[in-house]
Amino acid sequence: MLVLFGWINIYSSLYQEGASIFDFSMEYGKQIIWIGSSVVLALLILFALPPKIYIGFAWWLYALMAVLLVAVIFIGANIKGSHSWLQIGSMRVQPAEFSKITTSLALAHLMSSKFDFSFKNKSDALKAFLVLLLPMLTIILERETGTALVYLGYLLMFYREGMSGWILILGLSVIGIFIMTLIFSPYISILIVVGLVTVLASLVARKKWVMAVIVPIVVLLGFIPSLISGTASAEKPTTEIVSVEIDAEDSVEESTSITDFEQVSSKNENPRAVALKKFFSKFPVEIWLVFLLAPFILGFLIHSLVKRQTILRNAMLSMILGICLVFSVDFVFDKVLKDHQRGRIEVLLGMKEDPMGDGYNVHQSMIAIGSGGFFGKGFLRGTQTRFDFVPEQTTDFIFCTIGEEWGFAGSLAVLAVFLVLLIRLINSAEKQRDRFIRIYGYCVASILLMHILINVGMTIGLMPVIGIPLPFVSYGGSSLWGFTILLFIYVRLDLERWR
Amino acid sequence: MAISRQRKNVLLFSIIIVFTVIVVRLFYIQIISKYYRINAENNALKYETLYPARGLILDRNGEILVSNKITYDIMVTPVEVTPFDTLEFCSIFGIDTSFVKSKFREYRKYRSRIGFQTLPFIKQVSGEHYNIFIEKQYKFPGFSGTPRTIRTYPYNAGGNLYGYISEVDASYIKNNPGYKQGDYAGRTGMEMAYEEQLRGEKGYNIYLRDAHNRIKERYEEGEYDKVAVAGKDVTSTIDAILQAYGEELMQNKVGSLVAIEPSTGEILTMVSSPGLEASKLAEINKYYQEIVTDPYKPMFNRAVMSPQPPGSVFKLVNGLIGLQEGVITPSSAYSCHGAYTVGNLRVGCHGHPSPLDFRHSIMMSCNTYYCYVFRAILDNPKYESIRDSFTKWKEYVESFGFGVKLNTDIPSEQAGTMPTAEWYDRLHGKNRWRSLSIISLAIGQGEIGSTPLHLANLAATIANRGWYYIPHLQKDMPDNPIDSRFTERHYTMVDTTWFEYAAEGMYLAVNGGPGATGRLASVPGLDICGKTGTAQNPHGNDHSVFICFAPKDDPKIAVAAYIENAGFGSTWACPISALLVEKYLNGEISEGRKWLETNMMNGYLLDRVNVRRR
Repeated sequence: MLVLFGWINIYSSLYQEGASIFDFSMEYGKQIIWIGSSVVLALLILFALPPKIYIGFAWWLYALMAVLLVAVIFIGANIKGSHSWLQIGSMRVQPAEFSKITTSLALAHLMSSKFDFSFKNKSDALKAFLVLLLPMLTIILERETGTALVYLGYLLMFYREGMSGWILILGLSVIGIFIMTLIFSPYISILIVVGLVTVLASLVARKKWVMAVIVPIVVLLGFIPSLISGTASAEKPTTEIVSVEIDAEDSVEESTSITDFEQVSSKNENPRAVALKKFFSKFPVEIWLVFLLAPFILGFLIHSLVKRQTILRNAMLSMILGICLVFSVDFVFDKVLKDHQRGRIEVLLGMKEDPMGDGYNVHQSMIAIGSGGFFGKGFLRGTQTRFDFVPEQTTDFIFCTIGEEWGFAGSLAVLAVFLVLLIRLINSAEKQRDRFIRIYGYCVASILLMHILINVGMTIGLMPVIGIPLPFVSYGGSSLWGFTILLFIYVRLDLERWR
Repeated sequence: MAISRQRKNVLLFSIIIVFTVIVVRLFYIQIISKYYRINAENNALKYETLYPARGLILDRNGEILVSNKITYDIMVTPVEVTPFDTLEFCSIFGIDTSFVKSKFREYRKYRSRIGFQTLPFIKQVSGEHYNIFIEKQYKFPGFSGTPRTIRTYPYNAGGNLYGYISEVDASYIKNNPGYKQGDYAGRTGMEMAYEEQLRGEKGYNIYLRDAHNRIKERYEEGEYDKVAVAGKDVTSTIDAILQAYGEELMQNKVGSLVAIEPSTGEILTMVSSPGLEASKLAEINKYYQEIVTDPYKPMFNRAVMSPQPPGSVFKLVNGLIGLQEGVITPSSAYSCHGAYTVGNLRVGCHGHPSPLDFRHSIMMSCNTYYCYVFRAILDNPKYESIRDSFTKWKEYVESFGFGVKLNTDIPSEQAGTMPTAEWYDRLHGKNRWRSLSIISLAIGQGEIGSTPLHLANLAATIANRGWYYIPHLQKDMPDNPIDSRFTERHYTMVDTTWFEYAAEGMYLAVNGGPGATGRLASVPGLDICGKTGTAQNPHGNDHSVFICFAPKDDPKIAVAAYIENAGFGSTWACPISALLVEKYLNGEISEGRKWLETNMMNGYLLDRVNVRRR
């Protein structure tokens, strides 16, 4: 654990470097205070507080935090549209940062207190999810959606502790379907869902012939819209296909008015084709696809229910679920998401270029990082971060400073440190004899991973812009304290192993 | 336990995948892609242009012809402007408020395109106005002043030669990389021809700016800044005093006066009258309307742009070709009885003794003689057809520089006109034309058109006895050598030995006593050799033409004068040329010839020119 302590020191120095660029501003001075107090906190946790209190007070702390989180919705200061800050004198504290600690403790306590806790036991699983969802939902109500997303990281810990891997896969496929539907058309997404489910089901059922029959049919269906409309491809929105058809119709009418012998033969066919097209254009193509697929899916579903074939049933159910998801995407995207969230996702998926608006942050952040080159511009020499081209460069976009001034080498070093920390955390957690400590260790690792993934990912355009800090590096007292406490409680608990 | 271990590994594996994706992405944007680096520079670096002082133009004796004067451009950065006292602002510069209003209306309209840019607001503000502005600048955020140099002309002479500079427009920038909006470039004359030397190199200071376009500091403490390099001075071959004198002689006349130093091809004087006043060049925009509406077209440099029939001066060329072709000898004589008559064709001549040999034909400018010579050249039995002989003749003429661009350093130079055999085929029908059909060419009339520079070059060629350097305006200086094309001798197709006879004829034409056409050019001790010309033209009175060089041996100056609609060559062009020669060689006009100088300067011939025809 001494080694781990050494990493922490590097972090401290790293974030000094990150912060000292802003030598002339107040933030640097403040951050020194935060660092100092964090060290005191760490020492306090390591040597003063007995580890037993974490187990004993886990629920109390969790309850206290829940009250705070709810309270902050009503009494919190409104900063940039979020109600997550608690004003105490001149200091502002964000309870959400600390709620990760209490949630981790509570989950660890919950899942270790009962000897036979298992995700297979439905009431146990329900309790665990409730503990997770309560802070998550309150934080969403505080309009800190980004922080709430971090809580999804606990699913990794759940997975380690026996939660079915299907839930993770389900979660990933929901995201996948969402992205697919936005990039391609609903029609293609439905086909991909059907195709994938078929492939998976046939693999699980060891019946490869099913795959061999269904997949070509699906691929064939993929080309049908483009065949019908001739020019418009399946990827294009259906409205365009319709308009093309109307154009074709007009030209047909024109040509029929010409009494030309050669056209007589085609004349006989055209009205039928026109009628067909008119018929098809009553609904968008994806609806027709559903009409086509529905009898099969429902038939197989009933068949499976009668014959108790679970694989077939699950496959059909997930197809239905997937198709429903596809149709809900537009609704979620247009109605549930806020404008800025929608914009950020559109930019990420390359659906629109908007370097001055929704894409400004990411565009500037990537410029800053990209301009760093291999060795960077050198300490204090970054032009982009220093001169405010990158917004929030002390907090959420701190990674830009590292990327610009220290280059690829520096970024790599920082990432390497994080990677080693994560691996060490997981390895050490795995060695714990005490279930509480192990679960808590996984909690810490999951939270850190989510932060790193989302934060670094957004600065380099891999993730939508979600305002969460980079652990230990970003400016901000709440976050620094939060992570310090989070990590050092684990370090303290880990010490128990050697006693 | 096994399954949890497996799950731990799954987790570790996913973590490593996530980190790998991030690292690959970082590698791409930091190492491979150039896009972000370029964007970063555009973001953060602000280049402030430093304008170099434009090179001077000096005369051949080091006198300054064109130099610089500092004025100020008032610049504006529209995004930084806050509401200001428009009335006070306008009173400082003496401008109208509507000007300011319309400018800002324009800025608002194009605000997205302008962004954080700084644009010129008022150009060429004088030092006095600028000093008042500087005191009150704090009241007008967003406005600043940039010193600019404009041209100034100590001698009010040579306006057509220097040309003007003006701000580059979009099409100029497109064709000339390296120029930006707000730069100035020479657009005509020497300013254009020697733009590269005169302009110098722009420099820049690089500043770092923040996202709000505020300048933060020097980039790398000015390490990459570039100092502006002042333009090179260009020494011209012009003699400032002679140029000014030439313009004085040519005042109130339409035409050109060109003087060349034969031994170098350097143009000593080039007057196009009425010309562009040098003092107007600096603020050409202000006078532009006035200049383009002037019926006498002052912008038009007649000396190189106006092809006209050379008239009798051209007899020298035909005579030399005749000698070279062997159709005449220096002692060949033809008799003349007042006209050259074949059938019903008659080329008139004037009264003079007869018969005349080659030299005296030049002295007395006998039309008949040259009709014989020209027909002898074209009907020479050694050529199969008139086409062949004409083409040969044309080659000879072109070797004197006629009908082609001499390739001088005067951008507007014209080639003149020169008929071709094909042209006559079309006019008369193939093989339907004979030497008689084109007999006007014998005496420099008809289809041939030459510029005054061509004529001056002819004078220089005869002065050199058979060769010329391409006339040019830039003087060869050790630190700024001229283009190699100006140091290459051009020989005509006529042997140098024949030129001595032409020179002698020209000597006689001035100093030969009774019958000599250019007696007015005779200056004791200068041995001026000359040839008059009286060019008929369809536009009005004859043009008065004269070419000369002096002294006869070791010539120092060759002159051509072409004065439109002035009548006989001997009455205007001849004395004006001689005065110029005298001024150049003696530095002053002798007392005995002052009357002539006064007459010439006072001569008002503008009303003889029918300007409406242009």
